[in-house]
Amino acid sequence: MSDDVYIIGAGIHPFGRTDGRSGRDQGVYAVREALADAGVEWSDVEFAYGGSAAAGSADIMVNELGLTSVPFINVANGCATGGSALTAARNSIAAGACDIALAVGFDKHPRGAFNAKPSDYGLPLWYGETGLMLTTQFFALKIQRYMALHGISRRTLGLVAEKAFRNGTLCDHAWRRSPVDLDTILNAPMVNDPLTKYMFCSPAEGAVALILASGKKVRELGADAVRIASVAFRTRPEGSFEVFAPSISVNGGGKPTQIASNAAFEMAGIGPGDVSVAQLQDTESGAEIMHMAENGFCADGDQEQWLAEGWSEIGGKMPINTDGGCLACGEPIGASGLRQVYENTVQLRGRGGERQVPNGPKVGYSHVYGAPGLSAVAILER
Amino acid sequence: MNALAPIAPGLWTDEAEPRLIGGRRADGEIIFPVPDGDAAALVEPVALSRKGTLWSWTTQSFEPKEPYSGPQPFQPFLIGYVELPGEVIVETRIVDAAPDDLVIGMPMEFAVVTFDDARSTYAFRPERQP
Repeated sequence: MSDDVYIIGAGIHPFGRTDGRSGRDQGVYAVREALADAGVEWSDVEFAYGGSAAAGSADIMVNELGLTSVPFINVANGCATGGSALTAARNSIAAGACDIALAVGFDKHPRGAFNAKPSDYGLPLWYGETGLMLTTQFFALKIQRYMALHGISRRTLGLVAEKAFRNGTLCDHAWRRSPVDLDTILNAPMVNDPLTKYMFCSPAEGAVALILASGKKVRELGADAVRIASVAFRTRPEGSFEVFAPSISVNGGGKPTQIASNAAFEMAGIGPGDVSVAQLQDTESGAEIMHMAENGFCADGDQEQWLAEGWSEIGGKMPINTDGGCLACGEPIGASGLRQVYENTVQLRGRGGERQVPNGPKVGYSHVYGAPGLSAVAILER
Repeated sequence: MNALAPIAPGLWTDEAEPRLIGGRRADGEIIFPVPDGDAAALVEPVALSRKGTLWSWTTQSFEPKEPYSGPQPFQPFLIGYVELPGEVIVETRIVDAAPDDLVIGMPMEFAVVTFDDARSTYAFRPERQP
């Protein structure tokens, strides 16, 4: 079991808008919280990985945290920045290179939808000029077809958002802390049909830091540890349908989420039925619905019954997005994937307070998806 | 319409009934558009069908940020994917339709349309029944 790697400290800077505090300062705040939670000092950290999409390099944080000569690798991997930092930190410990490592992600985005530069994605300028290059369109196009093929109703889209805002009211790191009723969600202005403004998450700010440790160090410290059963990070396969796609194959193809999910379950030696709580990428309501099936938790179309019966509520048979997800927390790209792992750590340690999943959850599953078609899954076990 | 310049060269053919230009890879898979740079040598240009079926659609209700350069003031528009049978599924503007008209699987036909005062772009519209 010398390969086992654990999370021993988890810190978060509240998501949302924090005027007057830079994204990186929010990162420093989260690191200090994580260190205090783990009961270790910054000088104990032997390797660090971190990054942001829009708030600068992570390694500059040593100015505030201390010039300990720690090797600090900047991660710049879009929506997978946090997942990549976690993967690298875990693997460093598993490889025996160190006993304590940091994974940190933070961000601070301007208001309004993300705007992507076509050349950054290997796409021609006209694609952006004609208004085809928006992440929101992709999710709307994907769920529009999914609803037609699998009988998902608009009401179910609304129920996902209603649950997110309800869970957000119970969560101190969430941005949206007020409930929004189903009628308001369904009747709000349409952003990209069939998705109204309450069904989309917004770019935001926030930071998450996790302190990872080897089994040896966990025993030495007597830490309140959660084991990382597996992490799997995959890019898109041939023929898949992803964000920013001027064309799609008529022959169909695989999905990066399915591939990452299968790999993570295989590595952990468990299946979807063993999971007690899940955090799934919910860029918008439809994404949570589709990702329930892509991650193996239900068959296509079963989500209609899941939402109607409340099976994904806190207290349901498999709670999903217990902190309100991206819909209630917003999406600071560099921090978002780590927020999911943070939330599972909180739940498995039984520290969820009002939003605690009952009966001592043992397995936490997290899934992040982003441009240009990548997916990272982490499974935690208590 | 003839006075308008295409939004980019090489997207559709210059003929009475223009067609989109895709790129056929060595494995037979067709992509759109034909890629720039060294990747262009890996595909063979192929004129695509003018007719297909609606694969998915959505509305664009808010003005996209740059590099969007559509006419002012902003007018919401429709976009979607159209499946060209046996070829490729292309992302496109949809014209001459309202959201209530659109049903996945309905027949669609290609059109070159006005983008702004100076430029044209490509689109699909519901096929007109004879």
